[in-house]
Amino acid sequence: MIPFLALVRKDLRLFFGDRRAVVVGLIVPIVLASFFGYLFGGQGGQQETSRMPVLVIDQDGSAISGAVVAQLGSDKNLEVNSSTLDEARTQVRKGKARAAIVIPKDFGSDAGRAFFAGGKKPEISLLYDPSHSMEMNMVQGIMTGAVMQAVSKEMFSGQSGREMVKESIAQLDANSQMTPAEKKSLRDLLGSVEKWNEQQADQPAAGGAPAGLTIPFESRQEAITSGTEEKYNGYAHSFGGMGVQFILFMGLDVGIRLLLLRQSGLWQRLRAAPLSRSMLLGSRTVSAALISGFILLVLFSFARLVFHVRIQGSFLGFLGVCAAFSLMTAAFGLLIAALGKTVEATRGYAVMATLIMVMLGGSWVPTFVFPQWLQKVTVVVPTRWAMDGLDGMTWRGLGFSEALIPIGMLLLFTVLFGVLAVMSFRWETES
Amino acid sequence: MLEVKALRKNYGKIAAVDGISLRADSAQTIGLLGPNGAGKTTTVSMIAGLLPPDSGEVLIDGSPLRGDTDPVKRKIGLVPQNIALYDELTALANLNFLGALYGLSGAGLKRAIGEALDLVGLTDRAKDKVATFSGGMKRRLNLAAALLHDPQILLLDEPTVGVDPQSRNAIFDNLETLKKRGKTLVYTTHYMEEAERLCDRIIIIDHGKVIANDTLHGLHRMLPVTNLLAIELESPDHFKPEPLLALPEVESAEVKEGVLKVGLHNLTTGAPSILRWLAESGHSYQHVTSERPDLETVFLTLTGRTLRDS
Repeated sequence: MIPFLALVRKDLRLFFGDRRAVVVGLIVPIVLASFFGYLFGGQGGQQETSRMPVLVIDQDGSAISGAVVAQLGSDKNLEVNSSTLDEARTQVRKGKARAAIVIPKDFGSDAGRAFFAGGKKPEISLLYDPSHSMEMNMVQGIMTGAVMQAVSKEMFSGQSGREMVKESIAQLDANSQMTPAEKKSLRDLLGSVEKWNEQQADQPAAGGAPAGLTIPFESRQEAITSGTEEKYNGYAHSFGGMGVQFILFMGLDVGIRLLLLRQSGLWQRLRAAPLSRSMLLGSRTVSAALISGFILLVLFSFARLVFHVRIQGSFLGFLGVCAAFSLMTAAFGLLIAALGKTVEATRGYAVMATLIMVMLGGSWVPTFVFPQWLQKVTVVVPTRWAMDGLDGMTWRGLGFSEALIPIGMLLLFTVLFGVLAVMSFRWETES
Repeated sequence: MLEVKALRKNYGKIAAVDGISLRADSAQTIGLLGPNGAGKTTTVSMIAGLLPPDSGEVLIDGSPLRGDTDPVKRKIGLVPQNIALYDELTALANLNFLGALYGLSGAGLKRAIGEALDLVGLTDRAKDKVATFSGGMKRRLNLAAALLHDPQILLLDEPTVGVDPQSRNAIFDNLETLKKRGKTLVYTTHYMEEAERLCDRIIIIDHGKVIANDTLHGLHRMLPVTNLLAIELESPDHFKPEPLLALPEVESAEVKEGVLKVGLHNLTTGAPSILRWLAESGHSYQHVTSERPDLETVFLTLTGRTLRDS
């Protein structure tokens, strides 16, 4: 037991002895996690996102197009500015505006005719930045609502609406494609609208001008977290993610150090002592796991104190996930040392493998933004289970039973990596 | 007592060690002398249990070395060729750690560390980080680290590489002290001067094979001549050494870089007759010195190459 403890103590002493490396190794993930946490919703879960810069080119200048522009400007998601067509193209190309909406000449009259009589529909051009194609759909939705509201309002209460209804009735008489019954029904409808418009012109409604057609419902959003009163805390995920990433890098470092050790006189001295191979590798696994646990502890303590991240699920489950992930990391480090030949080449491959695991595990962005097929594939990545476990025990507030599968999977990867490492470890090394 | 029987180790088709045998008793220093790549470190690694031999046997006090955790390993102390210490830790922390690997703890460990540091003269630097040590001090601490568990056999793999003459002498003094205490020392080196100074018995290795195994005197006896007379001639350009070979004491004669070198079996009778012959032949000379052939000469005689050329 004395040699085992000495080996573990020595590893811890070497790690904590390099205070600058320890501080940097903790500060960097804290800074990154704080940044990503802020981007992904912060503490309130409803962090106000920046408004999308959108340009509007009103080539019509009618009351309807003016109303559309005003409607767009009132939307909280958009920052609307007027522009010219050439300037708008330049701004979108440079990425300074996400989209530009071009309202063509005669839009107001064409839209009014199309509204009642199915005339030729005017075409609104939407110029967009292809790197923000998802946001283009949002702009299109907001624009559709604004146009419907502005056009319908004008048709039911505005001056141009009254003229448009009269014109539509006149066109109806000349329409030879409709049956007399259909003409009568539509004439009755338009007549009612005309009558309504005249009444509105004589005595506006007490509640002000009608708002036109609007979306006929309101929505209420509720984030399902650990409890109805609990808001989603984006820092919970980001600190877990960055913790996973930097602990994996620590595991990588353990592997590289072991690779270097094997090429040194110290390895000969260790091998000359009456120590079993399992003790030499096992002590390193334990020390790496303890260091991993320490990093996670510091990160989540910081997140708790500064960003009020709480373990809203099972604390035991959280400890279990942390311990299982720490062991998995240690085994990953041993595997790197076992498979590596030269330090330079091994570092390159190991960094690539680590980054892929981090990326696919959802440490940078949650896995739910991945395509469905990718979400299914990532179950073979151990970091995915670590992230699922940490998310589950922190902001999702799940119970211990929900931690069992992530813990089990992480331990499975630990065994897999450990067995591969022991099988392929080259003990016969001469300096 | 250490006994090595017909050790062999191949790396692919290359025989790194090809049937080496040796024996080392208490209070004896055995030198393994050979050029780089001769198989010295591989031999030491097999004796220390770092490498399993392809065939052959290592016996420590009559017991074979079996497995990583064999208690017999406690009888061996290894001083690796590379400095085997953590630069980031103090000398004391290094020794605490390395002593604990052999199960030492508490007062026993403290006493062992004190004795080891005292032997190598580093007691006053115990609390300094190894990174602040000179190369020679690191070498001395490297030696101290192998002594903590009081091994009977000390394997020293080129322990003076890259150190200054003063530190080298200090290490030699330490080793002589250990020998006086009854330790068995196995010392690998490619410096013939070290082997000549320290070793009771010298085993010359080349290409994994023992090509000579004897005391220093015994090795010298292998040479065709035991003494060299070096005579700096005033006019060496036209001197012909062949007539000297007719003298009964002379074994060899040649002129190299203006110096006449004559090999003699007996310096007492040979030197006066050569000097007389030179004077009678009209050859003036400026300086006369006598030299003993060294291990370099032995290696050259046995292999046809110098240690440095190999």
